[in-house]
Amino acid sequence: MIVFLIKRLANAVLVMLAVALLAFLIFRFAGDPVELMANEQMSQADRIELREKLGLNDSFLTQFGRFVGNAAQGDFGISYRNGQDVMKLIAERFPATMELALVATVLSLLIGIPLGVITAIHRGRWYSEGLQFISIIGVSLPSFVVGILLILVFAVTLGLVPAFGRGDVVQLGWWSTGLLTPSGRASLLLPSLALALYQITLVMRLVRAEMMEVLRSDFVKFARARGVPRWRIYFRHALRNCLMPVVTMTAMNFGSLIAFALITETVFQWPGMGMLFIQAVTFLDMPVMAGYLCIVSFIFVTLNTLVDIAYAVIDPRLRDATR
Amino acid sequence: MTEHLSSAVLDVRGLCVEFPGRHGTVQALSDVSLSIRPGEILGVVGESGAGKSMTGLAVQGLLEPPGRISGGEVWLGGRRIDQLDDKQMQQVRGRQIGAIFQDPLTSLNPLFTVGAQLVETIRLHLKLSKADAKARAIQLLKEVGIPAPEARYDHYPHQFSGGMRQRVVIALALAAEPKLIIADEPTTALDVSIQAQITSLLRRLCDDHGTAVMLVTHDMGVIAETADRVAVMYAGRLVEIGPVAEVLKNARHPYTRGLMGSIPALGRRVERLNQIDGSMPRLNAIPAGCAFNPRCPEAGPRCRKDRPEPAPVGTGVAACWLNAGGVL
Ligand SMILES: Nc1ncnc2c1ncn2[C@@H]1O[C@H](COP(=O)(O)OP(=O)(O)OP(=O)(O)O)[C@@H](O)[C@H]1O
Ligand code: SF4
Ligand SMILES: [Mg+2]
Repeated sequence: MIVFLIKRLANAVLVMLAVALLAFLIFRFAGDPVELMANEQMSQADRIELREKLGLNDSFLTQFGRFVGNAAQGDFGISYRNGQDVMKLIAERFPATMELALVATVLSLLIGIPLGVITAIHRGRWYSEGLQFISIIGVSLPSFVVGILLILVFAVTLGLVPAFGRGDVVQLGWWSTGLLTPSGRASLLLPSLALALYQITLVMRLVRAEMMEVLRSDFVKFARARGVPRWRIYFRHALRNCLMPVVTMTAMNFGSLIAFALITETVFQWPGMGMLFIQAVTFLDMPVMAGYLCIVSFIFVTLNTLVDIAYAVIDPRLRDATR
Repeated sequence: MTEHLSSAVLDVRGLCVEFPGRHGTVQALSDVSLSIRPGEILGVVGESGAGKSMTGLAVQGLLEPPGRISGGEVWLGGRRIDQLDDKQMQQVRGRQIGAIFQDPLTSLNPLFTVGAQLVETIRLHLKLSKADAKARAIQLLKEVGIPAPEARYDHYPHQFSGGMRQRVVIALALAAEPKLIIADEPTTALDVSIQAQITSLLRRLCDDHGTAVMLVTHDMGVIAETADRVAVMYAGRLVEIGPVAEVLKNARHPYTRGLMGSIPALGRRVERLNQIDGSMPRLNAIPAGCAFNPRCPEAGPRCRKDRPEPAPVGTGVAACWLNAGGVL
């Protein structure tokens, strides 16, 4: 287990270095930072001095080393646009995106798993087939369309929940949460549902496929022959054997949820990292883009590593294979 | 027709199973009757597809829909069980009928310890506290010959060898002291060197507990060594049933004789039982009259016209015109 842990961590560090290199290349070669930061009144001498101050005259490796060293400490420099610390900018927006993605994930599991189980054990009934059909539509609808439809129905027509923004937030240290106020929770509902819809259909279809597979297995038949009640077989014996792929997919897709949140955030005017990134792109604000890339990749890689470790914890067979 | 009616643990009478399908209904079992007394092992043999497993599944109420019992009765310990609903059958399965499957590698849930699976079965059927159930589980592991049962209790299935896993499966089958165990080819998937250990374990446990066993197998050697009586099936029908020694020495049905011909000498093992010329008909193409007639060396005109009913012959029962007035 220890060897396995070390291997996985080394792997994760390597991937992060590769991402850092990419971010650095964008940072370094997509336009001259000095030109981007400078304004017309700046003299040539000022420009050279700024170039020196930013360390742009050092060798490539030195610069990359410095970039990685700084990034590891959460220092991505300052925004070209407003001169603020990039990390601070991202940290301000981070909780909004995180809450959105987390709530979407929870929704996708809470809704997707039972639907998957039901459609698997009642396959052939009209409601199972209906859900299957709807899920195909769910997979193919672009998320901004879903978002706009949700706004139209629940916010504009029915007026049940706010159409945009985060509502009131409460500050817990540096983390701002919308979960503690009624307006915050109400505001979360539509965007997280819009973001979750695709994921719900994925979870449902995966659970359904896995369940049908597992229900055919010998140990399920043997459990029936031992007199284990049906529901206990479904939810204890069979579902547990389906959870590995679900956990994997959920964790792997969390990264894409954060990436997709970009669209949802734009539709719902959600003040998260995605909106920050969009603004950065329009202003060619390289440090912010590089910082966003690194942070999102870091979340990706961390989750992947945790998934592998979780695997080893859930499945005793893997646990022994890696001992 | 069925012997020892009153004292039988299992009494199957004229059991019919059918599978309605797109191309008509398939008769998977047709008029199967057999009974097993306490402490008795009934061997069930026949070629692949003869309906051996189907008989066991029908008794346990585990037919896969749309398969259903379309006729006959199943009595267990004096109670009719073929009409019970699934909820009621849950209390029969495991409690009164233990099951042993063919492949011990896949019979156990890989994600639960053997202890957890034993305790689950025990507590489903017996009113025991967690601690008592655990003690009983360890006792069961010991009884089926698993070394260091206290330590093994917390192990997962993959940590056991095939033979040891089958012992765990047997412990699970015994967990609630059932009256009947249905063992469907319990040794087929095992190493030859281990097969004998498992069958003799089964024999011993069944003697100790007075458990009746329905032992489905392809192996006439196993039948000869462990079974008290043997039932021979062909194309979803029971063709002969009788005491093992009698059937081995003096089979009444030509199909049984064909099967016996495939044992070179008593006690030697034979892998498969298909030494008779030709193959068993598909269930939707069973010939009129005696299902065996196209392959039977002794068939006569009557065999192609009328179906022979199982009838007492000597100490057993056989379904063949040779024993019921001739084939002409
Ligand atoms: N769902 C089904 N629909 C129609 N026929 C079926 C179905 N399931 C099984 N059968 C038929 O029932 C018959 C009996 O099968 P069974 O499994 O009892 O055979 P068996 O004697 O146990 O053979 P084996 O030695 O191969 O295990 C087979 O001929 C099979 O084709
Ligand atoms: S009834 Fe006729 S065909 Fe059938 S086994 Fe007997 S002799 Fe052969
Ligand atoms: Mg079988």
